[in-house]
Amino acid sequence: MNTPKELKYSKTHEWLKEEADGTVTVGITDYAQDKLGSLVFINLPSEGDEVTEDESFCDVESVKADSDVMSPVSGTVEEVNSELEAEPEKLNEDPYGSWIAKIKPSAPAEGLMDADEYEEFCSKEDE
Amino acid sequence: MKLLFEKSIKGTSGHYVAPSDVPEYRLDTSLLRGKEPVLPELSENDLSRHYTQLEKRSFGVNDGFYPLGSCTMKYNPKINEVTSHLEGFTDVHPLQPDDTVKGCEEVIDLTKQALCEITGMDDMTLTPAAGAHGEFTGMMLIRKYHEKRGDSARTKVIVPDSSHGTNPATGTMNGFTVVSIPSTPDGYVDLDALRAAVGPDTAGLMLTNPNTLGLFDRNIKEITEIIHGAGGLCYYDGANLNPVMGISRPGDMGFDCVHLNLHKSFSTPHGGGGPGAGAVGCKEFLKEYLPEDFSEAEEGAKAKMEAHPDSVGKVRSFHGNFLVVVRALTYILSLGNEGIPAAAVQSVMNANYFKVLLSKKYHCAEPGLCMHEFVISMEEEHKEKGVSALDIAKGLLDEGVHPPTIYFPLIVHEALMPEPTDTESAATIEDAAEKFLRVYDKAMADPEAAHSWPLTTVIGRPDEVAAARRPHLRWEPDGEEEFGE
Repeated sequence: MNTPKELKYSKTHEWLKEEADGTVTVGITDYAQDKLGSLVFINLPSEGDEVTEDESFCDVESVKADSDVMSPVSGTVEEVNSELEAEPEKLNEDPYGSWIAKIKPSAPAEGLMDADEYEEFCSKEDE
Repeated sequence: MKLLFEKSIKGTSGHYVAPSDVPEYRLDTSLLRGKEPVLPELSENDLSRHYTQLEKRSFGVNDGFYPLGSCTMKYNPKINEVTSHLEGFTDVHPLQPDDTVKGCEEVIDLTKQALCEITGMDDMTLTPAAGAHGEFTGMMLIRKYHEKRGDSARTKVIVPDSSHGTNPATGTMNGFTVVSIPSTPDGYVDLDALRAAVGPDTAGLMLTNPNTLGLFDRNIKEITEIIHGAGGLCYYDGANLNPVMGISRPGDMGFDCVHLNLHKSFSTPHGGGGPGAGAVGCKEFLKEYLPEDFSEAEEGAKAKMEAHPDSVGKVRSFHGNFLVVVRALTYILSLGNEGIPAAAVQSVMNANYFKVLLSKKYHCAEPGLCMHEFVISMEEEHKEKGVSALDIAKGLLDEGVHPPTIYFPLIVHEALMPEPTDTESAATIEDAAEKFLRVYDKAMADPEAAHSWPLTTVIGRPDEVAAARRPHLRWEPDGEEEFGE
C-alpha cells in the first residue's frame, strides 16, 4: 500500500493535500481504490458546490458497488478534475496523482491522520 | 450466435396482415420519419429458431437450482399460467365499461383483501410495477402525510446498513436526506445508534426485514416504537416476505406502510426485467394518499378523482401489471391459510439446511440460525489464496447451478448470498451443496485456474470492467449512422 508522507488522511479513506495558496486538493487513497476494485464511473461535484466535512460530495462506481466519497473538509469546490469523467480508471492507476477536487476550506479540517497513523488505521480495518 | 439483423434476408417476410377493414388514414407528413427504419427481415421459421436458440442459452428456474439471494427465485406453479391466460383476463381493456370487467375487479379486490390480511394493513394498491417502484410509492405516502400536517421539518429517512440497496435510493428520490445507521456485530439494528439518530427531523425509517443478512430483527417492536416516539413513520421493505408470510405481520410489528414483491413471494416469473408487481399496503390513516388506479378517460373518472382529493396521483397507468396480480392471487388461493405459512416455514428450513451443509467449508457472516437466506464471506480465502466470491460464482456456472447474489450486502466483504427458497427438495439442496463444496475445494487447490472459470458456458468470463467503461449496447447497420430519422 502506497501512503505518501506529505498527505493527510481521513477515516473514510480520502487524502488531502494542503496547497500553498490556502486551498486543499482531495482524492481517494490507494487503500480505497484497492478495496473498491476497478472503477467504472465517477459522479464529480460541480465547481462552486458547498461541501461539508464528513458528508458525501462525490460518488464512484466500481464493478462491485457504488460508493460515496466524503469530503475531508468543509468549504467550496474551486476546481474539479473533469478528466476523471472519461477515465475513472485513473483513480485505480494513480490514486494520488488523480485528484478529484480542489476545495477552498471554510474551516480547518479536523481529525485527519498523518501517513503513519493512517497505515496503522488501515491495518486495523483489515483485521 | 448471429443477431436477427445479421440473419436478415431482404424481401423475406414472416408476418401476415389482414386486409384493412377501416378507412385509410394518413398521418400529417410532419409526423412521418424521413427514411425507412432498418428492421430485420426473416421467415417465421428462422425467427422461431432464433428465439429457441436464445432460450437454450439462458438459465431459469425451470433449468435448475437458482439460489439468487433476496430475489426469491421460487418455482412458479403452472396453474398460475392457466388462470392468467383466461380470455376474460387477457382480452380486456381498462377503458371498457366497468360492468363488463366485473371479474377483473373481483380479482383486484380479493388480492387486496388477502394481502391486507397477510401484512396486517388496512388498504392496498396493486398499481406499482415492481419492488423499487413500490418502495417509492410507499415513501410518497409518508411524505404526503407529513406535508398534510404541515410538518416540513421532517426531512430525514433512517436506513439501516443491512437494508436493500434500493431503500436509500428510494429515500433520496423522494427528496429526503438518507441517514445510514450501522448494524451491531451480530447483524441487528443498533438501537443506541437509532435512538441517537431520531429527532424532530425524522420523517421515517425504512427497514428491510428479515434483513439482507437473513436475520429477523429481534428488537423489531422497540425499533418501531423509537421511530413513532420521535414522530416518524415506519416503512417495511417486504421484498423478503417469503419466510414470514402468514406467520408474522408488519402491521402487528408497528409498521405503517409496506411493499410486497408479488413476483417474488407470490410466485410469478421474473428476473428478465419484468413484469413485476410491487403492491403497497398501508394503515387506515394513510389510505387517503394511495395512488389513483384509474384513467381520466374511463367511466366515472371525475367522481373517482373527487373521492380521492389527497391521492399522491398516478404512479403507473391503469391497474399496473394486472396479469401478475392474477398469478399472485392464484398462488394465494391455491396455498390457502395453511399453505402460505407452510411455504414460509419451508423456505426457512431449506435455507438453514443449506447453511449447515455449506458450513463444512464456507465461512458464514453470521453464526446460528437464519431466515430464508444467509451470507457467506470469502474474505479470508481471498486474502490467503486470492480466491474471490466471483471465482466461486463463476465455478458454479460450470456445475449447472445459478450462482447466488454476490458482493451484497456491502457490509460483508466478498459476500455470497444464497436463498434456496421453499420450492426445492432436500435432494436438490444436498446435490447443490455438494457442488458448492466441490467448487470451493477446486478453487482453493488451484486459485489460478479458478480465475479463468467458467469453462463450459457459451460465454466465458466477460470483462466486466470493459463492459462498464466501454459498453457496446446495440447493433449498428453498416454505413448507417442512425435508424431512420
